[in-house]
Amino acid sequence: MNTKDYIASGILELYVAGSLSEKENEEVHNAIVENPELLAEVQSIENAIVQLTAFAKKDAAYSFNDIKAQLTDNKPKVIPLTKPKSNWKTYVGWAAAIIFGSTLILSVLQNNQLKEQLASENLEKVTLEAQIDSASTSLAAAEKLIEVFRDKDIVSVPLDGQRISPNSYAKVYWDKKTNSIYLDGKGLPEPPKGKVYQVWSLKLSPLTPTSLGTLDSFTVDANKIFTIDNANESEAFGITLEPAGGSESPNLEQLYTLGAVAP
Amino acid sequence: MDQEQLILQFQKKDVKAYEKLYSLYCDSISGVVNNIVKNDDVAQEITQDVFIKTWNKADTYSAKKGRFFTWLLNIARNAAIDYTRSKKFKQSKQNLNADFFVDILESSSSLDSSTNTIGLKEFVTKLGDTCKSVIELLYFKGFTQKEASKELSMPLGTIKTRNRSCIGELRKMLGV
Repeated sequence: MNTKDYIASGILELYVAGSLSEKENEEVHNAIVENPELLAEVQSIENAIVQLTAFAKKDAAYSFNDIKAQLTDNKPKVIPLTKPKSNWKTYVGWAAAIIFGSTLILSVLQNNQLKEQLASENLEKVTLEAQIDSASTSLAAAEKLIEVFRDKDIVSVPLDGQRISPNSYAKVYWDKKTNSIYLDGKGLPEPPKGKVYQVWSLKLSPLTPTSLGTLDSFTVDANKIFTIDNANESEAFGITLEPAGGSESPNLEQLYTLGAVAP
Repeated sequence: MDQEQLILQFQKKDVKAYEKLYSLYCDSISGVVNNIVKNDDVAQEITQDVFIKTWNKADTYSAKKGRFFTWLLNIARNAAIDYTRSKKFKQSKQNLNADFFVDILESSSSLDSSTNTIGLKEFVTKLGDTCKSVIELLYFKGFTQKEASKELSMPLGTIKTRNRSCIGELRKMLGV
């Protein structure tokens, strides 16, 4: 059927009226899509019907504003109500589970960490106690030294450096009441390996040396103060460098420091 | 914007596009509704309902099923016919003498006196009874071709061609 005949058949008028079957409607629709002439005809028919039917309207005033307010809240807002409801519960459930799970893991981790911290702090405590202990020991020793230096009965004997080591010096504090000397060897150089300092008590006329002992712990002693027994009527003190173990008589070639007791 | 685009926008819930479609078809729809319910106030109410309903089911419209206007026309006719079946309608003692759209048109005194109105008035008075009936049934009442053929005791093909010539006269008069 050509376009003219198709139009003349009157099917387009029925199409606009909505009097055709569903199948016919689709056929006409396809024909219109393919043929602009048919579309123009349909639009023209529709225009005539729109005008005709409008005349059956009475004089009431119609305004879009009357319905506008009701257009906004409609279906699209109603549909989502059902779905998110279930989603909401699921999400909250999952969120709660995740929060609970992570909290649990966190507290276990935290607990372990605290245990470790406690153990290391206990260790630190022990170390600190040891330090305090040794500090109070040092303090006691220092206090004792101060006491010694201030005692008027203690004789102070400076020992000066000799030819072999002119820069060396030492000091002897002789406590005659307790028959002991405190030797401050801070001014002596470190003894070479295999050698040791030996302390001598001397009588001057005739020169008679008496060994007071060797300073075996010289290298490791921090304050270089040594307490040595001395029951001799000493007139002078000397320090020589001797082979490890000490010597019977001092090697005067190796005399480091020497000092006479003030008369 | 052509009509096809307007309808697409409307289906995307564009209120502005819908306002344009409303202004295009509002009078026509209310005319059709009024012709069925024969009550101005009720017609107004139903027409508003029709346009809200249409908005809400925008996504159900498909060009394959027919013209947008035709779709709107169907919704309006169904809403109006539903009302005539309701108790409310039956209880209100109406003057149902005006059976045809032509009666409404002829009895209307308050229509504006534009050329088309006068022309249309003259046109419908001159219309043959067959044309009046065919237009009434097919466009205002939503009869199918088959139903109209039965109602008017006319062969299917005759309905088609008669209607074609009636609308042809109308178009000539309106100049469309």
